[in-house]
This record gives sequence, structure tokens and C-alpha cells, in this order.
Amino acid sequence: MWRDAALMAGKDLRIEARSRVATNQIAPFGVLVLVLFAFALDPDRGVLQRAAPGLFWVAVLFASLLAVQRSFAVESADSARDGLRLSGLDPAGIFLGKAGAVALQLLALELLLGVFVVLLYDADVHRAVIVMATAAAATVGLAAAGVVYGMLAAGLRVRETLLPLLLLPVVAPVLLAATRATEAALDITPVSDAWPWVRLLSVFAVIYTTFGVLAFETLLEEA
Amino acid sequence: MSTLTRLVGGAALITLATTVVLGLGLPPTQEQGDYVRLIAIHPPLAWASYLSFGVTALASAAYLLPRTRARRWDHIAGASAEVGVVFTALTLITGSIWGRPTWGVWWVWDARLTLTALMLFLFLGYLALRRVGGDPDTNAKRSAIAALLAVTVVPIDHFAVQWWRTLHQRQSLTLTPKENLDGNYIAVMLLGFVAITLTYAWLTMHRFRVERAMDEAGDRSLDAAIAERRAEAGAATTTTAVGR
Repeated sequence: MWRDAALMAGKDLRIEARSRVATNQIAPFGVLVLVLFAFALDPDRGVLQRAAPGLFWVAVLFASLLAVQRSFAVESADSARDGLRLSGLDPAGIFLGKAGAVALQLLALELLLGVFVVLLYDADVHRAVIVMATAAAATVGLAAAGVVYGMLAAGLRVRETLLPLLLLPVVAPVLLAATRATEAALDITPVSDAWPWVRLLSVFAVIYTTFGVLAFETLLEEA
Repeated sequence: MSTLTRLVGGAALITLATTVVLGLGLPPTQEQGDYVRLIAIHPPLAWASYLSFGVTALASAAYLLPRTRARRWDHIAGASAEVGVVFTALTLITGSIWGRPTWGVWWVWDARLTLTALMLFLFLGYLALRRVGGDPDTNAKRSAIAALLAVTVVPIDHFAVQWWRTLHQRQSLTLTPKENLDGNYIAVMLLGFVAITLTYAWLTMHRFRVERAMDEAGDRSLDAAIAERRAEAGAATTTTAVGR
């Protein structure tokens, strides 16, 4: 399973490295969302600084939708999905590989957006450990849930419009928890508030990863 | 089936009418004024929405288990979710109508309200997924997985929004301060529970039949098309035979 996962993740990341969709489209989109938030909320009043954690995670959420859609778009051309089904790879491995590739891309994106949040929103990161723990747990959860729902919607004609409706209510807890934990890391709220949220993020990540490992075979057959 | 539906429908109509009459006859209270009468329908609507999503989850699980797999479970799941979405929306609407005079705002980001709104969106997504078309069996299986996923999200959402609201300031908004209400209000509310549950059952039965009929119509039109094509092909061979 792990070997198949590494194979799958390597393939997806190689496609992204060569096609440059993630770097040329998804990353600029994330930064653009941050800039648009600044337009919407008057940047002079300190609103941005206070809302920075929430805005950061909303931008990540939007970008993760694109990343998930991209992850399945590469399988739709030339009946690559049928090839995947016939490849004999372990379905759980395919799931872990796809989720791993999405997670790595999201982590890179979060790093980039984090830099922009510090630069554009004047946010001060006081506790890097909390930020890293939050980002790790939230990213695994987002990637796992995203790939489960991405697979559910893959192969449908309306997948581009359906995926946000399916996925966003599901990852709402990630937005709530990650925002609250990041607020604590930025000293907006007391630091003791952070860890329960990181725990919730970890529980979310574990549940969706387990579900994906168990159910991906059925999902792969049906799509 | 149809006698049962009619019986349930009749019972729903009678209890609902009684609830309306008795509910509107309740005296206004000191704190909540006229709006206290919403107690007759708001908690029952919320209960019915939980019930309907529970039924959807159970029916979906029954569809996914190979031993009990039958298209009718899929029909029940879809019918129940549809009625559930309507009841969830009504719960939010009646709650807002009550909240405006009582809390001064249409909406507060209370844990329960937030969770109910998220649940509405989860199941709207589920209904959208049901409508994508394609092979009925694939569609049913995919929808069943989505329904089970949506139901497992509800407890996570529950904890998330509960902590989200209560970690900093404890805000206890209870819609039914039962200690202030005398038996009349409770009695009408219980009648409301019966009425709304019967209404739920009646609507779901009808939706179930529509789902089944649509499914059958799909199968039949396919059969008819195949038969037509065969007849055409048969006629063509006869003409060629005669021509020869």
C-alpha cells in the first residue's frame, strides 16, 4: 500500500512539476484572494490584522478546491482513470498517494500565502510551533476529505459546480478550528486555546484518512 | 399502500389542524409575548429534520450492504432527505421569526443554529448529487456513500461549532425555557410533534412513490425503445426478404 502510495504521489507531483498548473494558476489565485480580501475590508482600520487567520484559511480552502479538481482532472484525460483501475495498484494506496500529493502542494501554498499574510496584512506570528502543528493537521484533513469528495464527483458532467457544494460544508470544521488555533498563534486569543483546536483538526484528519483508505475501492469502482 | 398513505395523510391533516387551532389559542407569555406560540411547530420541525436525515442514513446503509441491497432503499433515502431539507429550512425560518423579537436579531452564530445551517448545506449537496443522472445503480451507490459521509460529518460539525462558540464566552440560548411554561404549552408542543411526524411520514411516502415511478418510467422507456428498435430491425429484414 505504501509503495503504491509513493508511486501515485510521485506521478501526481511530477505532472504538477511539468505542467506548472499549481505554480502558475493555483498559487497566484490564492494570493489574489488575499488581495481581494484587502479590497473588501478597508485595509487601514486594523480589520485585516484581526481577521488575518480566518482570511488565510478561507484562501487556503478555495485553493484546495482547485487543487482537488486538478488532481482528478489529470485522471480524466485519455481515460486515465480506467488505466488507474486496471493498474492493479492498491486502492488505499491510490487514495493515500493522491491525498499526499494534494497535501504537499497545499503545504507549499500555505507557506507562500503565509508570507503574503505577514507582508500584506501585517500579521505577527508569535508561536511558530502552533502554526506548524495547525497547518500540518489541517492540511492532512483538507487533502483527505478533498480526495474522497473529489473521487465521488469525478466523472460527473457537473463536477466543477458540484464539488464546492459537497466539500465546503464538510471542511467547515477545518476552517473554524484552524482559524481559532492560528488566532492563538498570532496572540489574538490566549495561547491555551490553541491545542483543543489542533486536536479537533487531528481527529478530522484521522477520520477522513481512515474513511478514504476503507472506502476508496468502492469509490474507484463507481466513478 | 395507498390506503395507508391516505390514513396517515388524514391523521396528519387532523393533528396539524388541531395543533394550529390550539397553538394559536395559547395565551401570550410575559417574556416572549405572542411568539411563544411558535413552540407548537418549531421544536417538532427540528425533530423531524433530524429524523429524516437519520432515515436517509439508515436507508443508505441498507442499500450499501450487499445482503439488503434493493433500489427501494435508495428511493427511501432520497425521499426522506428531500422532506428533511424542507423541514430544516422551515426550522431555520421559524427560528428566525422567533429570534427577531426575542433576541433582537434574525440570526445569531449560536452553536445549534450554525450546525443546523451546515446540515442544510450538507444535504442540499447530497440532493444535488442525486440529481446528476447516469446509471441508476451507480448513482444510488454514490449517493448512499455521500449520505453516510454527510451523517458522519454532523457530529464533527457539532463539536466544532459548539467549541467555536463556547470556548471564549459561554452563550446559552435556549429556545424552550421549559421551567417557565405551564402544561398547556407542553401539551400543544407534544401534539405538534405527533402532527409534524405524521406530516413527515405522509410526504415521504408520496416522494417515495414518485421516486419509484420515475425509476420505473426510466426502465420502461428504455425497454420500449429497445422493443421499437427490434421491431424496426425485424420489419427491415422482412422487407428485404420480400424484395428478394
